[in-house]
Amino acid sequence: MTQLLSVQNLSVGFGRGDNIKPIIRDVSFTLDAGETLAIVGESGSGKSVTALSINRLIDYGGGRILDGRIDFAASNGRALDLATLQENQLERIRGSEIGMIFQEPMTSLNPVVTIGRQIEEVFRLQGKSGSEARTETLQALDRVRIADAARRLSYYPHQLSGGMLQRVMIAMALAASPRLLIADEPTTALDVSVQAQIMALLSELQRETGTGLIFITHDLGLVAGIADRVMVMQAGQVVEQGAADHILDHAQHPYTQHLLKAVPHFTNGNHVREDAPRLAPSAAKACLSVEGLTVRFPATAGLLRRSIGAIHAVESVDFDILPGETLAIVGESGSGKSTTARALLGLVNPTRGTFRADAQQATQSQKPMQMVFQNPYASLNPRLDVQSLLSEPVLAAGQRLTRDIQARMTSLLERVGLPSDSLTRYPHEFSGGQRQRLCIARALMLDPSILVLDEAVSALDVSVQARVLDLLIDLQKERNLAYLFVSHDMAVVERIAHRIAVLYGGQIVEIGEARSVLSNPQHAYTRKLIAAVPTIERRRERFELNTDAVPTLLRPAGYEPPPAEWSTLAQDHLVRIQPAANA
Amino acid sequence: MNYLLRRLVTFPLVMLGVSILVFVAIRLVPGDSITAMLGTEAGLLTPDQRQALAAYFGLDQGWLVQYGKWLSGVVSGDLGLSVTYGKPVLDVILQRFPLTLELAFLSMVIALCCGVPLGVFAATRNGRGSDLGVRIFAMIGQSTPSFVIGLGIIYVLSAGFGILPSMGEYIPFAQDPLGNLSQLILPALTLGLSFTASVTRISRSAMLDVLSDDYVRTARSKGVPKRKVIWRHALPNALIPVVTLSGVEFGYLLGGAVLVEQIFALPGLGRMTLEAILQRDYALVQGAVLFVALNFMIVNLLVDLAYVTLDPRIRLGGRS
Repeated sequence: MTQLLSVQNLSVGFGRGDNIKPIIRDVSFTLDAGETLAIVGESGSGKSVTALSINRLIDYGGGRILDGRIDFAASNGRALDLATLQENQLERIRGSEIGMIFQEPMTSLNPVVTIGRQIEEVFRLQGKSGSEARTETLQALDRVRIADAARRLSYYPHQLSGGMLQRVMIAMALAASPRLLIADEPTTALDVSVQAQIMALLSELQRETGTGLIFITHDLGLVAGIADRVMVMQAGQVVEQGAADHILDHAQHPYTQHLLKAVPHFTNGNHVREDAPRLAPSAAKACLSVEGLTVRFPATAGLLRRSIGAIHAVESVDFDILPGETLAIVGESGSGKSTTARALLGLVNPTRGTFRADAQQATQSQKPMQMVFQNPYASLNPRLDVQSLLSEPVLAAGQRLTRDIQARMTSLLERVGLPSDSLTRYPHEFSGGQRQRLCIARALMLDPSILVLDEAVSALDVSVQARVLDLLIDLQKERNLAYLFVSHDMAVVERIAHRIAVLYGGQIVEIGEARSVLSNPQHAYTRKLIAAVPTIERRRERFELNTDAVPTLLRPAGYEPPPAEWSTLAQDHLVRIQPAANA
Repeated sequence: MNYLLRRLVTFPLVMLGVSILVFVAIRLVPGDSITAMLGTEAGLLTPDQRQALAAYFGLDQGWLVQYGKWLSGVVSGDLGLSVTYGKPVLDVILQRFPLTLELAFLSMVIALCCGVPLGVFAATRNGRGSDLGVRIFAMIGQSTPSFVIGLGIIYVLSAGFGILPSMGEYIPFAQDPLGNLSQLILPALTLGLSFTASVTRISRSAMLDVLSDDYVRTARSKGVPKRKVIWRHALPNALIPVVTLSGVEFGYLLGGAVLVEQIFALPGLGRMTLEAILQRDYALVQGAVLFVALNFMIVNLLVDLAYVTLDPRIRLGGRS
């Protein structure tokens, strides 16, 4: 194998003049042609900075290369030191020699330019003529398995799903057949099943083209699936690197070991919680029961905005949760899991159906249900200090700020593991994990009996995620809380759920005890979902490519789906019988 | 299309509201049009003569009757008779309007041609000396009153070069392009300067936002040259606020620019409206305000339509 890239003693800093703060120090690694290197680390580890330094996009983010060499073997046989190259030469390297894929497909494409023209631009920059560029664009879209490519060319980014957009990004990054492809967390913003698709596509295209790949991720499970070699970064430095198998099986550095331990391993239901309250002989009665919950949004079209039917976002969902029990709702985006959670909290109006939420007898809280949202950065008002944030639900419930409430704040803060001087501080002074703890404390202010956790740990780093999950489990035991845990992450679900409901197209297709559902999934969709979960045990696995379209939720006006028929698999495991026509 | 129709339907409703407001407001101002028209001679009128004049202009009836009559006239295209000019209101307005329209248009062209490039330039050199220079210019341009700028221009030209801007009757462009431009270029510059300043500021801040967006990074990662990244990828995304601001300013200018018209002695809508108010020329004030309101609504509609062409994500008519 010929060496494609060699980075030696790279240091990059941010800031101006004398005030430069080094962010990564002394990073060295090499990459051969056709090889895949995974750079792993948590947020702030410097993995993205390293990636952006290679094609020098870091210059635009305020960074400067302080020291080191980035030797790159260009296609014309010349060796270039990218660290010292002039901007106009870099423009010729970017795209044509080094392609890049970013984390957020939704925001990484220009919203006012059609995807066809965005891909075409790369070909034009290679000096191809108009018609030639168009033909090649079409081929590029075909190559990333976008069905009906000719029509999609004239689509704008907002008309495509995240998975589709990431395919477009890949098509664009590979358009000029670069020798090196940098993928910066390319699947973090996507659903598991879509993630599997993108991973499959990446490794397949890499085999076809022989491109060197630098794959940046925080997810060790993904690393196992794709990488030849792994480099682990912490706080701007490389702590360990080597062959993928070696790192995953025989990690030397304590940080790598810690990461491996913190990653929620998905074990097909072998490690579910053993404290299910439902199994106790003296099971209490449900504190949340939902019957036939249905949410439909009207859909209109055409000149006269005539109704063309309704989007059946949630369709006849039934479940109940006992005190101290966690019901996880899993499914991909658009399956209706968040809408279900929102309907329960009254954030959207259900079209039909009833639900009943009971307060705990001890407290008789007026608001038995509270919610914790996904993004701890966006769900805390930056202008309010912690004190005001915590008192808000109390005041909103029409209570006064008494001494008791004050005491409650301090004890809750302490309980979720925040420093005692937090009360007068503002959200920006806290890290992501601390903010999520703050959100949990806020949700507990009214002493609810049910917490709705909507992807509550998805935005957190793995080790932070693990600690927040532990906190949630402890709180649940202490307070006999019921959790409705909405998540797309099967490994996290396995760790916290007693029961699992799988949502697909707005309907529950499988529900039951966690171990049973995870180890013996019956519905085709559940199986697909579980098969898509990347784990450390599955090395360089070839995921099956699947170009099926997501089913539409749009139904004609007045359409009523046939009543669900269930088959009982175990004492607590129901599977919806798939009607032949609806498959 | 449907959206356009629905918007057009709202026009008469807004006009109705505006007409009621202005009708009442102008009558709440003390004084009457006959006294204002005749000045001190009004004292010589016998009550009968006054009565006759009031009857001639229709001022002897109750407000409601007056309003009803006026409104039914407006609907059939008759805005009434101007007391001061002794001519139909519509004729007076239409005679003045071309100058105002051209002046507003010229200032906007100046503002867009100078302001957008300046703003883009400043944004790409964020924090450097040239950026600071542009920002200072914009600050001064925006905070200096137009009459100061206008008087300054006249002073420099007349004291330094002995040139006086041409004043007096409006010279239509079609009739004498050179004469027209020499008449309007200075007032257009005067108005254009502060307009440019606001366009510069808003383009700069919009560009700064956009330049840190992910898709700009993507464009760079594709190897798109710097110039193209800025003009082809970033700028189209930064234009929405610029269009919004330009629309509002243009709409204002269509109502006339009183101070600048005064300084350059131009017969525009602004001065006409001011005089009409001073003269209690009810019909002319009502007509002028209605006319300005209509213009504003048309400009707003055009701005909304411009959004759609600028950003495919925007769909008119609410939910998509």
